Amino acid sequence: MLYNSKAVIAGIVVFLVICTAPFWANFGGDYKKPEVLMPANKSEQCVESAAFMRAEHMQLLNEWRDQALRDDNRQYVSSNGTKWDISLQNTCLKCHNNYEEFCDKCHLTNNVDPYCWTCHILPKGSK
Amino acid sequence: MLNALLVVVAITIIAWLGAAIGLGGLFGVFLPYVAILVFLGGVVWRMVYWAKSPVPFAIPTTGGQEKSLDFIKQAKLDCPDTTFGVVKRMFLEVFLFRSLFRNVNAEIKTDDPINGGPRIIYYSSKWLWLFALIFHYCFFIVFFRHFRFFVDPVPGCISFVEMIDGILQIGAPRLYLTGVFLVVGVLFLLGRRLVNPRVRYISLMQDYLPLFLILGIAISGILMRYVCKTDITQVKAFIMGLVHFSPISSDGIDPIFFIHVALVSSLLIYFPFSKLTHMAGVFFSPTRNLPCNTRRVRHVNPWNPPKDFLTYPEYEDLYREAMAGAGLPLDKPLEAKKEQKSGE
Repeated sequence: MLYNSKAVIAGIVVFLVICTAPFWANFGGDYKKPEVLMPANKSEQCVESAAFMRAEHMQLLNEWRDQALRDDNRQYVSSNGTKWDISLQNTCLKCHNNYEEFCDKCHLTNNVDPYCWTCHILPKGSK
Repeated sequence: MLNALLVVVAITIIAWLGAAIGLGGLFGVFLPYVAILVFLGGVVWRMVYWAKSPVPFAIPTTGGQEKSLDFIKQAKLDCPDTTFGVVKRMFLEVFLFRSLFRNVNAEIKTDDPINGGPRIIYYSSKWLWLFALIFHYCFFIVFFRHFRFFVDPVPGCISFVEMIDGILQIGAPRLYLTGVFLVVGVLFLLGRRLVNPRVRYISLMQDYLPLFLILGIAISGILMRYVCKTDITQVKAFIMGLVHFSPISSDGIDPIFFIHVALVSSLLIYFPFSKLTHMAGVFFSPTRNLPCNTRRVRHVNPWNPPKDFLTYPEYEDLYREAMAGAGLPLDKPLEAKKEQKSGE
């Protein structure tokens, strides 16, 4: 026999509904891992390896901003000795020119909101 | 204390080695499913168990003046006498930890200038309240933020919380303040048990284990976000596979993720059988959820056996003649019956 059974059962139902929310919120739906569209000119290397860029690109961009704007240093030497211009518009976006199919793909699904575009202008053909 | 630390370190090492030798499916799929089932089943079992337990006495804590005569001021929040008053007290308890806020510390001052000798002094102690509040709210926000990996598209409320949480825009990925304060809160709660001799004396392994587990979860999560990164898009695809009941391969995910998941799963499995069930237990505490009306309303112990009562009129009916014969006063005199009879 349950004492205060109405309140207790209501509490148990609320608890179960909240805790299982991810399961029923996705019920019947489908999720596909987004595939990024790689730049067309495959011959050219990115500033660092793909694995490094995937994990550290945000940190690199942050460092580049500090280098360029705070230390007035426009040159980056990559781990294999190649020299690069520190510039979002002229270096990164030169190859990665499809914002929606490249940057947005992962950022949207993981709810990442980079604040690059509070200063820079969003590349053409984007929101 | 060391045993609790060793348990957490052992879980970490087992998950790390397991993920490294390709047992990602075990730590990433099987363990989380078991943990969720144990957690849900265990907490519901605890709630039903508590709801089945009778409350023999009315034992609400009285934190002030109980409802009395009209000209005596009642402490309405700490000594409520109505159901709505109890709801208000529960709200303050659950959301603002009022009973910790009212915490008082007793200390013996050895050389007191007032009486020139040792004297016990009581003073308000708010540190536990402050850090407990920081810890619980930061933990909740951190927990809530994780839903970006469990739903797609991500709802706006999560983006809003993330925006506020990372508002200082320190580094990239942005530093989440709740992550820092969560660790600060756990370290205070842990430090309190280690530094304060009285609290240390009453602290057992089951007090340290949740703290070390939560610390391990927080540290592994922070490491995963800022230091040894893993492919977060692959992680989201993996988690979405779990919530769709169609798990995918754990390839391409760093072991740190499986350490984090194994620690969270351990916490979930441990949850219903430990002090952590205070999450549900606070609602079942008779000291909090009963109204302070013990002078006006009789609390009947539900396990009292049914009782055969003999009311006084029934008693008098049974022994009227004998009582009249002994000259005892009667509510309904014996003569009344005789007079009625003689009148016929």
